[in-house]
Amino acid sequence: MSQTAPRLQARLLAALGLVFASGSALADFTWNFPKPVTPIGRDTLSMHNQFMIIITVLFVVVFAIMVYSMIAHRKSIGAEPARFSGPRGALQWFWVLVPFAILLFIDFVLMGIPAFHAVIDMEDTRTKADMVLKVTGMQWKWQYEYPDSGIKYISTLTTPREQIEGKEAKGEHYLLEVDNPVVLPVGKKVRILLTSTDVIHTWWVPQFGVKRDAIPGFLRETWVRIEEPGIYRGQCAELCGKDHGFMPVVVKAVPEAEYVAWVDKKKTELAAAAASGDRTWTRDELMAHGKETYDKICAACHQATGQGLPPAFPALAGSKIVNGPLLSPDGKLIPDSHVDRVMNGKAGTAMQAFKTTLSDADLAAVITYERNSFGNTKGDMIQPAQIKALR
Amino acid sequence: MNTASHALDHHDGHHPTGLLRWLTTTNHKDIGTMYLSFSLLMFFVGGAMILGVRAELFQPGLQLMKPEFFNQLIGVHALVMIFAALMPAATGFANWMIPLMIGAPDMALPRLNNWGFWLLPPAALLLTMPFFLALFGIGDGAVATGWTLYAPLSVQGGIGVDFAIFSIHILGISSIMGSINIIATILNMRAPGMTLMKMPLFCWGWLVTAVLLIITLPVLAGGVTMLLTDRHFGTHFFNAAGGGDPILFQHLFWFFGHPEVYILLLPVWGLMPHVLSTFTRKPIYGHTAQVWSFVAIGVLGLIVWAHHFLTSGLPVPALLYFMYSTMSISLPLAVLFFCWIATMWRGAMSFETPMLFALGFIVLFGIAGLTGLVLADVAADAQYHHSYFVVAHFHYALFAGGIMGVMTGVYYWLPKWTGHMYSEKLGKLHFWLTVISFNFTFMPQFFLGLAGMPRRIPDYALQFAEFNAISTVGAFALGLSQLIFAYNVWRCVKGGDKATDRVWEGTEGLEWELSSPPPHHSWETQPVIKAG
Repeated sequence: MSQTAPRLQARLLAALGLVFASGSALADFTWNFPKPVTPIGRDTLSMHNQFMIIITVLFVVVFAIMVYSMIAHRKSIGAEPARFSGPRGALQWFWVLVPFAILLFIDFVLMGIPAFHAVIDMEDTRTKADMVLKVTGMQWKWQYEYPDSGIKYISTLTTPREQIEGKEAKGEHYLLEVDNPVVLPVGKKVRILLTSTDVIHTWWVPQFGVKRDAIPGFLRETWVRIEEPGIYRGQCAELCGKDHGFMPVVVKAVPEAEYVAWVDKKKTELAAAAASGDRTWTRDELMAHGKETYDKICAACHQATGQGLPPAFPALAGSKIVNGPLLSPDGKLIPDSHVDRVMNGKAGTAMQAFKTTLSDADLAAVITYERNSFGNTKGDMIQPAQIKALR
Repeated sequence: MNTASHALDHHDGHHPTGLLRWLTTTNHKDIGTMYLSFSLLMFFVGGAMILGVRAELFQPGLQLMKPEFFNQLIGVHALVMIFAALMPAATGFANWMIPLMIGAPDMALPRLNNWGFWLLPPAALLLTMPFFLALFGIGDGAVATGWTLYAPLSVQGGIGVDFAIFSIHILGISSIMGSINIIATILNMRAPGMTLMKMPLFCWGWLVTAVLLIITLPVLAGGVTMLLTDRHFGTHFFNAAGGGDPILFQHLFWFFGHPEVYILLLPVWGLMPHVLSTFTRKPIYGHTAQVWSFVAIGVLGLIVWAHHFLTSGLPVPALLYFMYSTMSISLPLAVLFFCWIATMWRGAMSFETPMLFALGFIVLFGIAGLTGLVLADVAADAQYHHSYFVVAHFHYALFAGGIMGVMTGVYYWLPKWTGHMYSEKLGKLHFWLTVISFNFTFMPQFFLGLAGMPRRIPDYALQFAEFNAISTVGAFALGLSQLIFAYNVWRCVKGGDKATDRVWEGTEGLEWELSSPPPHHSWETQPVIKAG
């Protein structure tokens, strides 16, 4: 062992060197924050750069003294050890206290003062806010709501399973792409309110310099003023269960005119969706829309096959609840029934109260789909209007 | 027991042999050995878990495991490394060395000492058992919430959370018993003439650690008990719908969790001056200043906890308070660095393995301290927090600071414990491989964090691929290098060149006046410390 070890060491070092060399030749390494696009982001970057210089200087100075000592005060060159064990005399005390004073200055003046202003700025979410965006984290997607215009929708990952499992080549925005990005106007101060329906999530877009927790049952706030149009990508930053790594944040910043047009278009879409809730749907319509909604919202836990991942995420195929009665004979909700579960969730589990996030049509469709798929053959269906009555 | 053979035994040998010896021993050296062996074993268990994680992260995509299992590995890795590897190693040092250093025959409470150790294996078993239960279809595996067990994710979790809660209760009881024992020993059993201010710094580091453990562990125990009742008995401590608050759990957890960092590091900071003084052949610089720095860090450590969740939406005055109080920890810490370097200054240095590890510790722990200073800044923390920057930061603190500190102590004291010298050649090889591969593993993680990679994700965007690949190669080299350490220790226990009583040329202190290895009962006659 003692003879083979040095050879092993040489080989390991060679392997490490090779990886590093080939890596740096191919890759575009990022050594710092991505380009900031908000005032807070710029502030944070310049503060970070300044702090990195300060701590690098501290590191180099302190360890230069140490390395000098290691070279100059070696036994092998015949150094004789001194016997002192503390400062003696006014001059030595002075030199002992100087580094202490320098550090005090660095901590509370050089770093402390810019940090103070940055904190005050960062937390000032209300002064001259132009609009409000409400962000709701839920396992494992984000819901965005524009209280001014009544727009509300869910944003989920669109990277296909095949790419994640390595069966297909990974796309450019692998894991950082969603179906419905948040759209925000450039140059406006947006006050962002955050909350969650289940566990704690954290909304983070690195280029905004903003990261804030979304806490169930509470509102937290932060703000952004995006200065350049573009698409900005981030992720959930707080461990929130199995698909924590798969709930990206994508923000599309557009000029104001474009934003206004988008709001109008979205409003029309929502009005159409609401109207569709009032009419009677055919079974095929419900099944088709139900599958679409199920795959997007439910399949992460209950799986596309309806087999679930027991015991945390029960199977829907053959489930007693799903195969139970739909509504009471007088059209009322039965406690702990299928409809109750989907609408009101189950406390203490990942099953959310979906009535807060899904439309009447979505709920009716997904319930109908679940009762008539994965080998479940209830044969019944529920209309959006019935859901509306139960709310 | 056979009375005839008992009568033949002299004062030294009246203890059972074989397994029963280890089960029933009340001897501080036997218990110290058990703590250290358990720690080494669990170090490899925790290491194997994280190599699984690093292997999954070698490339983007899910290759080896499901995200659920990934989440279990990261949390249990942390709990094992903190509670079953680092803390027992420090307690092992305390058991072995405190009586030797203060001139006591044994620890003050030997039976409590035995119990304190024997609670550890069942606790470790409880923590890891859900992995095996899941193989037989019971439950869905170990705790998958990260070691922080944040509610409401931990309220939602499976039976792994309950196992972790009970394991933490038992580990906590064990640590509190160990702490009571150490405080009782230090306060009551010092040799005549050894005033508290003359007491060796290692004992001082441990005294502060023991006090911190007794203050903070009951809070953690309370927090996880509230979690347990939220899970099973309908309480709503952490549920807003019932008037609770999820952030309350974070306050309770980190009131323990931040002092825990110093609990892991203070014994190492206590050890460093001894090693530096030995290999520079020069007295420790600033003994008194270091004592007061330990105390100051202990006190400050208790009042800065919320910097672990600065992004959770604390009010501005709280943000400013936690920012400035955290920054102020850099002052006593700087005193320690100053004293370490002043101890080296104008000495006559030689670079045996313990000295190499001590120097490596100082430089790399310096990186942890400096990055900690910038992390305290609330606005910049919004970028660093929950990212790989933090992961790199605390591994510089707890691997380079904690584990390399423990290795310093093992190489320094192993000849005293076993009576044999370890292989210096293998020791140096181990040092260089560890330092190089450690930096290959964790330096890239700073840049990953700055680029925006969150912690605790099993799969990542393509821009993070290169640094992750380097980090994984580094981690495997780091893990494999530790086999050299285990082999070197084992070889030294089995045999090797005879160690002298003083072991190293420049040693000072009572522990070096006993034989190597020391007699079964350390100091049968109390030594007397001369005044002055």
